[in-house]
Amino acid sequence: MALQSLDIRRRSATTMPAPAVRAAATTEVAKLIDTSKCIGCKACQTACMEWNDLRDDIGTTSGIYDNPRDLTDRSWTVMRFSEYENPKGDLEWLIRKDGCMHCADPGCLKACPAPGAIVQYANGIVDFHEENCIGCGYCVTGCPFDVPRISKRDHKAYKCNLCSDRVAVGLEPACVKACPTGSITFGTKEQMQRDAADRVVDLKSRGFENAGLYDPPGVGGTHVMYVLHHADQPALYSGLPARPVVSPLVRLWKGATKPLALGVLAFAALAGLLNYVRVGPNETDADDESAARREKERTNG
Amino acid sequence: MADGESPDLLPRYQPAERVTHWLLVVLFVFAGASGLALFHPALFWLSGLLGGGPWSVVLHPFVGLAMCVAFFMLARGLWQHNRLEPRDRAWLRGIRDVLDKREDRLPEVGRYNAGQKVLFFVLVGCLAVLVGSGLVIWRVYFSGYFPIGLIRLSALLHAFAAFLLVLAVIVHIAAALWVKGSVGAMTRGTVTLGWAFKHHRAWFREMIRSTTGR
Repeated sequence: MALQSLDIRRRSATTMPAPAVRAAATTEVAKLIDTSKCIGCKACQTACMEWNDLRDDIGTTSGIYDNPRDLTDRSWTVMRFSEYENPKGDLEWLIRKDGCMHCADPGCLKACPAPGAIVQYANGIVDFHEENCIGCGYCVTGCPFDVPRISKRDHKAYKCNLCSDRVAVGLEPACVKACPTGSITFGTKEQMQRDAADRVVDLKSRGFENAGLYDPPGVGGTHVMYVLHHADQPALYSGLPARPVVSPLVRLWKGATKPLALGVLAFAALAGLLNYVRVGPNETDADDESAARREKERTNG
Repeated sequence: MADGESPDLLPRYQPAERVTHWLLVVLFVFAGASGLALFHPALFWLSGLLGGGPWSVVLHPFVGLAMCVAFFMLARGLWQHNRLEPRDRAWLRGIRDVLDKREDRLPEVGRYNAGQKVLFFVLVGCLAVLVGSGLVIWRVYFSGYFPIGLIRLSALLHAFAAFLLVLAVIVHIAAALWVKGSVGAMTRGTVTLGWAFKHHRAWFREMIRSTTGR
């Protein structure tokens, strides 16, 4: 509790409210990724590797720029490249830095059964505490963005933590620090929204009339946001979901079902006990035994 | 066979059935505890039974599979006795009389009463769903082969089937403890003539004919 930026707002598999006294004053942070400024240099991927001390396996080339091909337990961010031919017949190279979106309403945290394995700080960062992770993979089931990865080596879940350790001491995330074009910026959520709004006006004046901010309300907004030139078609950017939500199946599974099921089970056990003491044990008495013996003798005879 | 020796006792369960049943009990306790631990945070402490959260995740699927194998070994032999008959309907309608210990008002019962038969098929259904959905959500080995939508559905179905199973087992245990002599049937293998006469009269008649008739 020493650092305000480490105050916890939500904790996985915990039914009591988190300490809330300091939460209200804490500013929420956000990372803004402007896809229209990204040149696909992968400095962010390298910075992420360096700061977090991650070294993924050397992959093989697959004929496209994406490298590695997907997020892994040791690649917490990857640039996804897509070639889009716009209605005018021009080619657009849409590059999106993929990784955890740090949802305000995180599906991973909702699904997680291990107390304290996933936390959401008061500043909005969603962090995995691998020492509490039990390796069940429910976070993968809960995530609307397909971000968490379970390590094949230690069977724990890993993903981008928005450099919570750097943010805690007033630094920006490593990827922001390394970005050479200013495509990735970091600050308070409100400031990032304002910056995005300015940039959207700029992009519109340059002919991208559908430019906009990607801060999907279905998950309560996110603490990683995109400026998209085609905000009306997020799927163009390597399948970014247009309206992400925590699946209703996950909500049901980890929502009303839990207390309801537990209540019914407790009620059933209690009803069994109470009926036992209401009518007494269901015993066989001497009359039953002698009647049975008589019938057996009759059948024998 | 020792079971038939006393003239006042009827054999109900063979040694192999009793061993399988109690093996099933042990496996159910471990699978159930580790499963409930992941179902509700208030029950996470149950994960301690298998050695903590990570061990619960590792062992739960194996224990669950073993439980299903044990169950279907036991169920194969009991299947024929659990076929529902027309008279079972009347028994179920008289459930109040059952709870009030007014068995004299109920139709005659064969080897199993309608409640036991319904329970049997609930268990069969639950375990079938649990195995199928469990394989889909078995993260280390199988989840990678399935689409995320199916995994989400399976997680929900797995929890629902497990809930029904635990509920059915609570009813099973409550009934077994309530009807005196039932636990003995599964530990010693025998019941008294009077027990069979009172609770399973049609089966009682069948038994005294088959043991004395030849």
